[in-house]
Amino acid sequence: MEALLTGAFLTAFLAGAVAAGVPLLLAGLGEQMSEKAGVLNIGIEGMMLMGAYLGFLVAFASGNVALGFMAGLAGGMAVALLMAILCVGLGLNQIVIGIGLTLGVEGLTALLHHFQFSTTYPRLAAAWRVPIPGLVELPVIGPALFDRHPLVYLAFLLVPLLAWLYRRTALGLTLRAAGEKPAALDVAGIDVATVRFLAVLFTGAMAGLGGAFMANVAAGIFIPFMTGGAGFIGIVLAMLARGRPAWVLIGAVVFGGALSLTTALQVAGLNVPTDLIQMLPFAAVMAVLVLYGRKARLPAALGLAYVRGAR
Amino acid sequence: MSLSLETSPSEIGEATPGRHRALGHLALVTLGPILAALVLSGLVLLALGVDPLAYYGYVAQRGLFSWLGLQQTLTRMAPLLCLAAALIVAFRAGIWNLGIDGQFLLGAMTAAALAPFLITALPAWMTLLVAAAGAALVGALWSLLPALLRAYQQVNEIITTLMMTFLGVSFANLLVKLVFLDPGTTVPQTRTLPVADRLPTLFGTTISGGLVLGLVAVVVVHLVMTRTAFGLKLRTVGENPLAARHAGLDVPLLTVAVFAISAALAGLAGGIEILGVHGNLRADWNPAYGLAVIPLVFLARFNGFAAILFVFFYSALMIGGESAARRIGVPHYFTLVLVANLLILLALAEYLDHRRRQRAG
Repeated sequence: MEALLTGAFLTAFLAGAVAAGVPLLLAGLGEQMSEKAGVLNIGIEGMMLMGAYLGFLVAFASGNVALGFMAGLAGGMAVALLMAILCVGLGLNQIVIGIGLTLGVEGLTALLHHFQFSTTYPRLAAAWRVPIPGLVELPVIGPALFDRHPLVYLAFLLVPLLAWLYRRTALGLTLRAAGEKPAALDVAGIDVATVRFLAVLFTGAMAGLGGAFMANVAAGIFIPFMTGGAGFIGIVLAMLARGRPAWVLIGAVVFGGALSLTTALQVAGLNVPTDLIQMLPFAAVMAVLVLYGRKARLPAALGLAYVRGAR
Repeated sequence: MSLSLETSPSEIGEATPGRHRALGHLALVTLGPILAALVLSGLVLLALGVDPLAYYGYVAQRGLFSWLGLQQTLTRMAPLLCLAAALIVAFRAGIWNLGIDGQFLLGAMTAAALAPFLITALPAWMTLLVAAAGAALVGALWSLLPALLRAYQQVNEIITTLMMTFLGVSFANLLVKLVFLDPGTTVPQTRTLPVADRLPTLFGTTISGGLVLGLVAVVVVHLVMTRTAFGLKLRTVGENPLAARHAGLDVPLLTVAVFAISAALAGLAGGIEILGVHGNLRADWNPAYGLAVIPLVFLARFNGFAAILFVFFYSALMIGGESAARRIGVPHYFTLVLVANLLILLALAEYLDHRRRQRAG
């Protein structure tokens, strides 16, 4: 068992936790904004997958990972735009459309990947790393946390930024009102649909970025269906965080850790079945829901289209 | 949240002249999205450089108009019908059981673990009965946690059932690889039920007897939900839980019952697929039928008889699509695109229809 406590194991574990946790963090933060504004964004899995596909494709074709991230962000937003038009604009059932979009993106990306690459899976060059001077020298956590792609730092910076936005700004209040009491917002002269539209687009951008991170940095490769439920975990993170970005971060680190345990245990020379490890994050979600499910508070008007004058 | 896609019974059961118009109108909001989805998905094929007409023609020829394909189509209907029945119960009672794929796979795993073992001691009919019952039971058990969380803690079942599906798929794989592994093969899979002991085929064809079970499941579920007091109770819980509570119904208990029935049917679907078609379960086999059945059930407006029709066409599409993957080189992922288009266009058609009716007053 001493092997579990070596520096190599801990570094591999932490590094893996960050690589797996950042997409979850981005997805969770994105979903949180939608949920605050009253839209349950089940389509987030599809937005992530589109981000992963387009992000990889552009990075692969141009050789420029940064350009890939822009494409991933745009891809996620494109799916979100469709969702916003159908669910916010027309008021269609958010769950039906969310499932439809996820299925559609799954099929479309797998199909496109087949026609472009057949059964080959080309790999990107190792991701760009920006070591943070000083901190990177720290033992164990230095190489795991402070020698990463800039997007990792950016994702972590988003947490306090969003917390400030929700807590201290008029925009934050507006978002909360759109989810809790849309009629009040309407009376105050702010268009509920516009607020929700923008919130859904933000979710798409974050989910697309998270998906692109998965493909371009964490894996370096695109595989059909590669998001494998990460979007749904993002939804759970947002639900359990009760509107606080810091809790999304904590959740993302925990789930990222569960996901990275496989590789880390292999580094330590232990052979645990991958199927068992793959169950961990989802088992963790269920355990948390059993313990704290009652506290998973969601906005009052979540999932309901706002129709002016309707009760 | 109520399900907005349901057509109220009063519209369907109007007086004769209205009834004709209602039927025509129903055909319009049903056939419209189907045609639009075929066209839109055809455009995707066109963009990929595949002739959509040739593709659809091949799929229809292979899945519907060849005797071999038709038998495969009818066999494929069996698990899909059970899944449709599972969804009709849940959706009519306002429960989003999105975990049917996990329940299906664990049901399949149970049947594959039990049947080859039981057949050494029991007659074939009893083996099939026990294995199918086991599949249904395990399916139901797999929904217990989401059911209790929804019934007593108001935790959203969409999330919990999805989580249980991811868990269930890995769990089934784990059991196949570690516990029920057939030592006689190199491929990780369970022991195999001999072909002679599987569900009987129908009238000398290759159509699995599971088809009958599937048809019975859908019809019974439809009748129970629309014609019995128990069904009315469940629908009341689905449409207005508050009113149901005021009427003295035990809402949490009924919620758990809905989950149990729905998940048992999903587990049974997995059992039928193993006992009728495969005879064993290979590791990493996950057909994910469930998510594709959802649009069909919506398209049928939770009506069992309509669901049978749509499941038939979808089965033909699947069988034809799988064959086209080998011959024309279009992977069967295309079916996902078609189903997604169908789901979205259906919701859109409902919306346009609703708007038109509102304007007409």
